[in-house]
Amino acid sequence: MKAAPFEYSRPSDIDEACALLAADDGARVIAGGQTLVPMMAMRLARPSRLVDIGRIAALSYVREDTDGIAIGAATRQCAVEHDGLVAQRLPLLAKVMPWIGHAATRARGTIGGSLANADPAAELELIAITLDTTLTYRLDGKSVDVPAPEFFAGAMTTALPAGACLASARFPVWREQKVGTGFHEVNARRSDFAFASAAAQIALDDDGNCKRIAIGIGAVTEAPLRLAEVEKQLTGTRLEEAKVRDAVQGALADIEPMSDLHASADYRRRVAVKLATRAIANAAADAKGKRHAH
Amino acid sequence: MRTELIVNGAKHVVEVEPRTTLLDCLRDQLKLTGAHAGCEHGVCGACTVLFDGVAVRSCLMFAVQADGAPITTIEGIAPGPGELSPIQDAFCETHGMQCGYCTPAMILTAHALLANNPEPTREEIVDAISGNICRCTGYAQIVEAISLAAERMRGANRPVETT
Amino acid sequence: MSAPSHFRFVSTDRRVREDRRFVAGKGRFVADVDVANTRHVALVTCPYAAARIKSIDKTAALAMPGVHYVLDGRELAEATNPLAAGLDTPNVPRRPLAPDVARYSGEWVVAVVADTRALAEDAAEAVEIDYEPLPFVLDAEEALEKNAPLVHEAHGSNVLLDKTFTWGEVEKDFAESPHNLSLRVKWARSSTVPVETFGVVSSWDPWREILDVWASIQMPRYTEQIAGALKIPMSSVRLHHDVDVGGSYGIKRGIKHAILTGYLTRRLGFPVRLIEDRLENMRGGDAHGPERLFDVEVAFDDSGIVRSMKMRALENVGAYAGRSPFQLGKPIGSIVGPYKIRSVQYRAMAVVTNKTTQEAVRGFGQGPTNLALERMMDEVANALHLDPLEMRRRNLIRHDEFPYRIPSGTEYDSGDYETVIAKVIAGGRYDELKKERDRLRREGMLAGIGIAACLEPSGGNATFEALINPKVTTSTFMDSCRINVDGSGAIAATMHTTSSGQGHETLVATVIGEVLQIDPDTIRVTRPDSLSSLPSGTPVGSRMAIMLGGAAFHAAQKLKAKLIAIAAHDLGIPAERAVYEQGAVFDRDAPAKRRTIKEIATIADRNYHRMPDGMEPGLSVSHVMQVPTGGKLPTPDGRVQMYPCFSFEFHLLLVKIDPDLGAPEIVRYRLGHDCGTQINPKIVRGMTMGGIAHGIGAALYEEFAYNDDGQLIAQTFMDYVLPSSHEVPAVEMVDHETPSPHTVLGQKGSGESGYLGAPAAIANAVNDALRPLGLSMNTLPLKASKLGDLIASVRGQ
Repeated sequence: MKAAPFEYSRPSDIDEACALLAADDGARVIAGGQTLVPMMAMRLARPSRLVDIGRIAALSYVREDTDGIAIGAATRQCAVEHDGLVAQRLPLLAKVMPWIGHAATRARGTIGGSLANADPAAELELIAITLDTTLTYRLDGKSVDVPAPEFFAGAMTTALPAGACLASARFPVWREQKVGTGFHEVNARRSDFAFASAAAQIALDDDGNCKRIAIGIGAVTEAPLRLAEVEKQLTGTRLEEAKVRDAVQGALADIEPMSDLHASADYRRRVAVKLATRAIANAAADAKGKRHAH
Repeated sequence: MRTELIVNGAKHVVEVEPRTTLLDCLRDQLKLTGAHAGCEHGVCGACTVLFDGVAVRSCLMFAVQADGAPITTIEGIAPGPGELSPIQDAFCETHGMQCGYCTPAMILTAHALLANNPEPTREEIVDAISGNICRCTGYAQIVEAISLAAERMRGANRPVETT
Repeated sequence: MSAPSHFRFVSTDRRVREDRRFVAGKGRFVADVDVANTRHVALVTCPYAAARIKSIDKTAALAMPGVHYVLDGRELAEATNPLAAGLDTPNVPRRPLAPDVARYSGEWVVAVVADTRALAEDAAEAVEIDYEPLPFVLDAEEALEKNAPLVHEAHGSNVLLDKTFTWGEVEKDFAESPHNLSLRVKWARSSTVPVETFGVVSSWDPWREILDVWASIQMPRYTEQIAGALKIPMSSVRLHHDVDVGGSYGIKRGIKHAILTGYLTRRLGFPVRLIEDRLENMRGGDAHGPERLFDVEVAFDDSGIVRSMKMRALENVGAYAGRSPFQLGKPIGSIVGPYKIRSVQYRAMAVVTNKTTQEAVRGFGQGPTNLALERMMDEVANALHLDPLEMRRRNLIRHDEFPYRIPSGTEYDSGDYETVIAKVIAGGRYDELKKERDRLRREGMLAGIGIAACLEPSGGNATFEALINPKVTTSTFMDSCRINVDGSGAIAATMHTTSSGQGHETLVATVIGEVLQIDPDTIRVTRPDSLSSLPSGTPVGSRMAIMLGGAAFHAAQKLKAKLIAIAAHDLGIPAERAVYEQGAVFDRDAPAKRRTIKEIATIADRNYHRMPDGMEPGLSVSHVMQVPTGGKLPTPDGRVQMYPCFSFEFHLLLVKIDPDLGAPEIVRYRLGHDCGTQINPKIVRGMTMGGIAHGIGAALYEEFAYNDDGQLIAQTFMDYVLPSSHEVPAVEMVDHETPSPHTVLGQKGSGESGYLGAPAAIANAVNDALRPLGLSMNTLPLKASKLGDLIASVRGQ
C-alpha cells in the first residue's frame, strides 16, 4: 500500500498554488491529507503532483467579519475545535468538531480539506449546508464565492473548477439572543463516518416560539440535505413534537437514501427522521436554557 | 527530495521520494522501528508519533510534509538506556499490552493526553486512545496504565509538604 | 498439589518481563528484521471470484526500474509441492500462487520482486493478465446444491467433509422427551485480525544450504511445511524464534508466504521479504476465520433438562483448505459444554466456496459452536418460560461429579461451575440486573440480559485430526524446555517457539523460579532457532501454561535433583539427607553443611573430580513433555480425549438498544473465570479481557462481507470494524480457582474463553431485548442497521 509516484510542491501563497494546479491537470491540493493519503496509498487516487497548502499561514485563521466567522481553508480541525470564537459564535460547528475522526486526525486534518473532499457523511459538510455557509475559492487571481448547496455537487464531487483552490469558508453567525443547537449521528464506532446524521440550530423568541430554524441531515443522500420545507413549516410554531415529526417525515418521504455494507436505505431514512427530530428537540431545549446575551 | 527531519531532538537530512510516508522514512531510513505499520490507511493508529507535540498518524503524512518540524517517536520517550518514563513504567505495572505492537503508539498517545490533561477521567482516557486499536487487551489494562501514570506524575509534581 | 497460598511466585502479582522491550519500542517484529540486500515482494491478485488465467504478460513489469523478477503460479507449481492438506483431498491443491484457475477475488496470481515495496507495487500494476471469468459460488448451502459451480472441478463436489457422529441413544432420547425445538444460528465470517499483518523474510545461503526464515508466525510444524513444499530437508530450514509476533490469536499461519519467499530467495540468490499490506492481508492472506451455519435440534423435559441434541455444523471454508476443517473437530471435545446432555448427534460438514481461505482462529472453532449451544439453552428456557439462569443450573455438571465423561468420550478434569456463577451474581446482582433491564424497558428502550457459560478446552493434542481424517495417526503433541546453569551459577532457560503476546518468557521464568525457589527475575529465558530447538507444538489450543509451563516445571525438577545429587556427593552425605532450599542444598542433620547453587555449578562446570561417579558434567537438563491424558487415537465410534483441562467462564451482561436506532450497547458486563491456578494473574486477566473484546467484535461489528459479485467489500479497517476503546465496556471480573488434577501447578488454559463466551452472551442479551417484540436474530454480526430494520418491521414504520 504505497502511493504511486508524484511530484511535490509547497507554494508560499494561494495564487502560487493555483498556478501549480493550472499547470498540471493531474495536480491536487493536499492540506491535512487525512483522506487523500489513504486514497493514494490504495492507489484509488493518483495525483501527478501534490500542491501542499498546509503551511500557508495566510490560509490558517478563524476571524470574525461583518457576515460571520471566516475560517481559512488550511486551518487545522483541532484549532477550530478549541477556538474560543467558534465556541461563542458558532455553537453548532463547535458541537460537531469532536465527532470528526479522532484527535490524531483532527490534528492534521483541515477545514478546507474536509469540505473539498465532499464526503456525504462528513460532519463539516452537514454544517456547511445547514448553516448556509459560503465557500470561497481562488482562481486566476480572483476570489469566487459559492453557496454551500451549490458547492457540494454530489458524493465526493464539488463545484470547484479545475485549477481552483478553496480559500475559506464563511459561517453565518446568528445574532438572535436565544440560539440553541442539536446534533446527532449514528455510526458503528464513534469516530467513523456516520450512517446518518442531523444538525439543527434554532432561535426562539421571548415567548418560546421558533423564530428561525436551520435543519440538515447528512450521510443519507449524495450530499447533505437542508430541509427547507421543514424550516418553513416550523418557523413561528412552538415546535410541538408531533408537528416536528410530521414535518421531518414528510420532507424525507421522497428522498432516495444511499445503501451500503453498513446500513440499508430504509435504515438511513428512518434514522434520519429520528435524528432530525431529536436534533430539533435538543436545539429547542438548548435555546430555551439560554439567557439574554446582553 | 532533500528533507530535514528533527526527530527526538536530533536533526537528520534525508533524501526521500515525495511518496515516502513519514512512517516509512522513520522506519527504513532512520531505523526508528518503534512506529509500526498496521493498516497504512489511518484507522489503527499503530504508527502514531508526536508531531509538534501532538499525536498524529505517521502513515497519513508524507515525509516531505514533515520537513523542519519536531517529531518525537517512542525511541525519544525513555529518559535513558534501560530506564523507563513514568508512562512506560505504568504500562509495565498494569501489563497494559500483550504483543506490544500497538504499544509504542498507545504510550505516545498517552503522553499527548497527559501533557494537556494531568488528571483525566476514565472517559477522557477511553476517548483519547479510541483512535488506537489494540487487538490483545480489550483496553482495560491500558486505561489503568494511563490512569496510574497520571496519578504518579501528579504525585511526583506535588511540592514537598513542610510543616 | 499445593494450594495457591503455598506458592512463592506463581499466582502472585508480578510484572511481565516481555513488557519492558515493548514499551520502549524495542520489540523486534518481522518488519524490523534488517537483512542486508533484501528485496521486496508485492502481489498481483485476481479481481474475479473465479477465473481461468489465460495469459500473463510480464514484459512491461520486468522493464520497470528496480524490478528483479516476476513469478507466476506455473513456475512455482512446477518447482514446489502444494501446501499440506488436513483432509484426504488430493484434488484440492492449495498453492501460494494460482497456476491456472484463481478461485477467489484477491487470490495471489503473480509475485513481483523489486528493490523497494513501492517499486514492486508499481510493477505489479504493470503485469497484464488475461482472465476468463468463471461461474462461482459464495454461499455454503448453495455450494451443496446439485448444479452449483464446482470450486475444484477435479474434486467432483464442493463437499470436503461430511461426517456424522452419534454418541449415545439420540433417537431414543428424542422419542422419549416431551419437548423439542429447533433453531438456526449463523456465525459470520470474521477473524482475529491482528494489528500486525503477516510478514516473512527468507534468506537462502547456498554455501551452508540453509534457508533462514524470520516470520510473524504462530503455528506447529511450520518448518516441516516449508521444507516439504520446497523439497529440501527440514534441517535446511532455520526459523528464528526470537521474532516478536504482533498479535496472532491463532491466525498467523503464513505458509504460502514462506514457500513463495523461500522459492524466490533460492531462485534469485538474495533475501526476499513479503510483508503483507492490509489489503493483501484481508483479501488473500488466508486469514479469515470460521463462517458456520448451525441447525440445532434439542430434546428436553418439562423441567428444562436437556436430554439430547442434534447439531449440524456447515462450515464455509473458502476456496482452499489446510487445517481449517479441523475447526469442526475441536468442539467435539466439549460438545455439550458444561451441561449434562446424555446423547448427541453431530454432523460436521465443510464445503469449499469462492471466498478467501480460512485459517485457525482463537478457540479453533469452539466460539461458533458455543454460540449455537448457548443460544439453544436460552431458547429451551424461553420455551418453558424458565429463567435462563435457573434453567442452566438445572443442567450444569455439579462439582462432585468430576471427573465427568461426556458422550463424545472426553473426561472433564475438574470444575465448580455453581460456585463461579454464585460469585458472579453475589449480592443480588442478577436481580439488580433484571431490575435495571425492566427500568430501561419502561423508559422505552429495548433491553436484555445475556447469559453464557463456556468451557475452554486447553493443553490438548491434535487428535481432532485423526477424528476427522482417519488417515492421520498423530497422537503426540510436545513442548519442551532446557535449563543451563553456567559455571557462575547463573540460570538460562530456553523455549522453542515464537510468542505473540502471551508472556511465555515470564511463564518459563516463573515456573522455574517456583521450583528452584529463586527469584524468577534472575532467570534468563531465550529462544533458540528451530535448528537448535527441542520440539514445540507452539502456542495453539490454549496449551502453553500447561505444556510449556509443565516442561519448565519438569526440567527444573530434574535440575533440582541433579543439584541435590552433586551437593550430597560433595558433602559426603546420602542423597536422602540432602535438602534443597532457595538455591542451596544442605544436610538435614547439620544445616550448616551446605552448598550453594554457585558452588554446585562450579563443581559441575570445572571440578569433574568432585562429581558423582558416572554423572554427566555440567548443569544442563531438558524435558520434552507430552500432553497429559493424551496419546490415544480415537475409538472407531469417534470418542476421544483431546484436551486434558477445561477452564470455565460465566458471562452475564446487560444490553440496551435504542429501538429507533438499533445499535446495541453493553451497559453492564460481569464475568466469572476459572482457569485453575493462575501462573501470572496480570496475563490471565489481559487474555480474558482481550478475548471478550474479540468476542464483542465478532458479535456486533466484524464481518468479511462479500457482495453478489464475489468481491470482498470489508477489506479495509473502515469497513471491517474493529472495536475501539469506545466499544469495549468495563468488565467486572471475578476469579475462582479449581485446580486441574492433570497439571503440575493445577493450571489450565486461559487464552480463549473470553472469546468463546462473549458472542454467545451478547447474542442472548440482544435476543432477550428483542423478545418482547416477538423477534429474534441469530445471525452475527448483530449490526445496528440490521437490528434497526428488524425492529422497524414490527413497529409499523
